Amino acid sequence: MVSDKDLLAYDYKKDFPLLANMDVAYLDNAATAQRPLCVIEAERDFYLKHNANPLRGLYQLAMEATDAYEDARTAVQKFINAKHFEEIIFTRNTTESLNLVAYSYALHNLQPGDEIVTTIMEHHSNMLPWRMAAAQTGATLKYIECAADGSIADEALAQAITAKTKIVAMAQVSNVLGRLNPVEKAVELAHKVGAVAVIDAAQSAPHMAIDVQKLDADFLAFSGHKMMGPMGIGVLYGKKKLLDAMPPFLSGGEMISMVSRDGQEYAPLPHKFEAGTVNAGAAAGLHAAIDYINSIGFDIIEAREAALTRLAFEGMRQIEGVRIIGSPNVEEHKGIITFTIDGVHPHDIAAILDADGVNIRAGNHCAQPLLDHLCTGATARVSLAFYNDEADVRRLLDSLKTIRERMGYGR
Amino acid sequence: MADNRSFYNEILLDHNMHPGHKHELPDADMEMRGYNPTCGDDITMKLKLADGVVTDGAFVGSGCAISQASADMMLDLVIGKPKEEALRLADIFLRMIKGTASEEEIDELEEASALKDVSHMPARVKCAVLGWHTLEQMLNNEEK
Repeated sequence: MVSDKDLLAYDYKKDFPLLANMDVAYLDNAATAQRPLCVIEAERDFYLKHNANPLRGLYQLAMEATDAYEDARTAVQKFINAKHFEEIIFTRNTTESLNLVAYSYALHNLQPGDEIVTTIMEHHSNMLPWRMAAAQTGATLKYIECAADGSIADEALAQAITAKTKIVAMAQVSNVLGRLNPVEKAVELAHKVGAVAVIDAAQSAPHMAIDVQKLDADFLAFSGHKMMGPMGIGVLYGKKKLLDAMPPFLSGGEMISMVSRDGQEYAPLPHKFEAGTVNAGAAAGLHAAIDYINSIGFDIIEAREAALTRLAFEGMRQIEGVRIIGSPNVEEHKGIITFTIDGVHPHDIAAILDADGVNIRAGNHCAQPLLDHLCTGATARVSLAFYNDEADVRRLLDSLKTIRERMGYGR
Repeated sequence: MADNRSFYNEILLDHNMHPGHKHELPDADMEMRGYNPTCGDDITMKLKLADGVVTDGAFVGSGCAISQASADMMLDLVIGKPKEEALRLADIFLRMIKGTASEEEIDELEEASALKDVSHMPARVKCAVLGWHTLEQMLNNEEK
């Protein structure tokens, strides 16, 4: 078995110009990742050598732009093992992907009395679109509550998902607790009652292999920028028969086959859902990010992130006043450790860490209902990626140890 | 931001840990909630007014050290002052944070001048001005 020390020996930061050139411990990876040079160059390369409006031009350059865009789709298809190429829809980000499902699927399939089931720990992006859909259709939004350790009991799932349920929406990994949710069970129960399952994979896609066919998810959403791709490109996976039956989300250019004065015929999948000029440069960057992930492998990525999480978790547990939110078991934290320090507001924690060159997130992490449920209010969050190293974690721990004293305690 | 070590100075830390005005004020004449949605600073300011003078004030709530200390320093400064004077001092404070108040004006703010460096910390401006904006709104509303 490989030791944590061996796992952490390799320097990945040299692939990331920002990290190689700057003296910071970047521990806000759940908000957005850093980009390796290959991603930055792939996007640049698109504009330097292949730029034209994709999907419509008839000349060589436009065909190259189209190829760059559609090759990225093939890369995403393989990345999540989708059965069909046209099941991959490019969006701007996870939020837009989930809104697409809410507007184009939920609004057209829900009736008064129907129920949407989600969890109290969802990011606002996997909560507010469903609230909107419920309000407009007369359906009800139901929350599954988690225990203090972030776990969702099988009984809670089974109780919430009933014959009235039409949509089950759940994050695969919570952006606050870092815990892996029982999405397989949720999909199974949803299908038993004829509901569709929507998986928010924003926090899982960068850190673990996803197989949408094995998972049998009906819809699955994630963002490029959290997995080292550019900002402004996201993915919605949807089962072909569902996407085919849905009306377009946005309408206009690029999403039609034919338009007359009084009518139109929509383009087939996937372009029906990609109105307007697409972000082909960012798609090329996402393609490069997927290639980069594949060149390392999720086995290495997961093992390294687990080793870094252990190091941070064990160190933080020994610091006076630090309270970790969620599970007491480090194995239940997929790179995310949310915490408070007694007597110190999270905003002050973040400011002092920043002064010491450590970047973390503080606030409610777009998951206010969860923090209300756990009665914590604002919290601070450390989120790790495989390219972080032991020095980053040591720097975090060294700074954390001084915070209470620097805020006037024990003087 | 390397000078953050000194930014959390003794005056600020003392007002944060031992705020003199952070308590209920049951017979307050007016109260208003101030809230920063991005960071969660959430205070309710309470004032007593008699003959156009701020005779007492208090706040309750939660937030970062800067928001709490700033509100406490503000009440130290404005209690006992006429409404117009309190509004004038609030205006100086808000301009200090924007970096447009003179040294003489900043001296008038007494301990609240300890927050001068916030003008170089964009991420903390909203925390520092929360109490002052709330006070300004309360006193201006009172005129109507």
